[in-house]
Amino acid sequence: MKDLIDAIPYARFLGVGIEESDAGLVCVMPFSEHIVGNARLPAIHGGVLGALLELTALLRLIHETGNPRVPKPINFSVDYLRSGRPVTTRARARIFKLGSRIANVHVLAWQDDPEKPVAAGNGKFLLRADLDPSGE
Amino acid sequence: MPERTYALAALFGNPLPEMLHQTPHARVLGMTVVEMGPGLAIIKLPYRPEIVGDPVRGVVFGGAITALIDQASGLAVACALEELLAIATIDLRVDYLRAAEPGLDLFARSQCYRVTPRVAFVRAVAYERDPDDPFASCLGTFMLGANRSGTPFSRPAGTGGGGEK
Repeated sequence: MKDLIDAIPYARFLGVGIEESDAGLVCVMPFSEHIVGNARLPAIHGGVLGALLELTALLRLIHETGNPRVPKPINFSVDYLRSGRPVTTRARARIFKLGSRIANVHVLAWQDDPEKPVAAGNGKFLLRADLDPSGE
Repeated sequence: MPERTYALAALFGNPLPEMLHQTPHARVLGMTVVEMGPGLAIIKLPYRPEIVGDPVRGVVFGGAITALIDQASGLAVACALEELLAIATIDLRVDYLRAAEPGLDLFARSQCYRVTPRVAFVRAVAYERDPDDPFASCLGTFMLGANRSGTPFSRPAGTGGGGEK
């Protein structure tokens, strides 16, 4: 999984890493200056939190299906629940439905307390198992 | 009925290039304000290696598109206000209509089409050449007067971006 995340430039840019434990796959984004949205609070950029959620959903799907072809996002929605403070953020995804063509994935991001999420996401992804090997 | 006035009217048709300098993530990615009008904002995200999700094809990562749309949408809300208030994203939903064409700069055009005392509603598209041929479309809602950070434009810059602005 680490190789995969290293292959995604935007994930590298955000500084996202992976923790694998009994609790499953967790994406970890340490705080850094360049992910700030509001310099005065300061608070993490909402788009960055959205990107972390989407990345976590994607990696969870690839982990689950064992298919290295990256699923295509159809849409992704983000609910912002709390301000993203200047500390490490973690995210974990749960697959609600893994169909033959479409997967529905839910993701939560939190900071110190998993019971107090900063953002929640829901994504629908087109799985590529049914696509021909040439890609499109 | 009196004509509606806008707190940022002086910038309409005349956006400041440095408006996003108070938003580190936008500044580092080189985002710039292209256009502002009543409830309207267009922001450009230059194509660059850091925003790629699929290095084989060079396609931009969906999350980078979310960041761009969030930035433009927050600014569109500010452009719809009669007096400036803190703006925080409540939610965003992005539909990925097609892959963005590799190598081309990206634009997000956001329109805040409804403002209530506490909530503002936005729709947005993201495109490379033509807003009528978008690669992503988006709906978002924003809370007004949400935090203690003051107005997003107490200095000319500092629109902030998503989550908190």
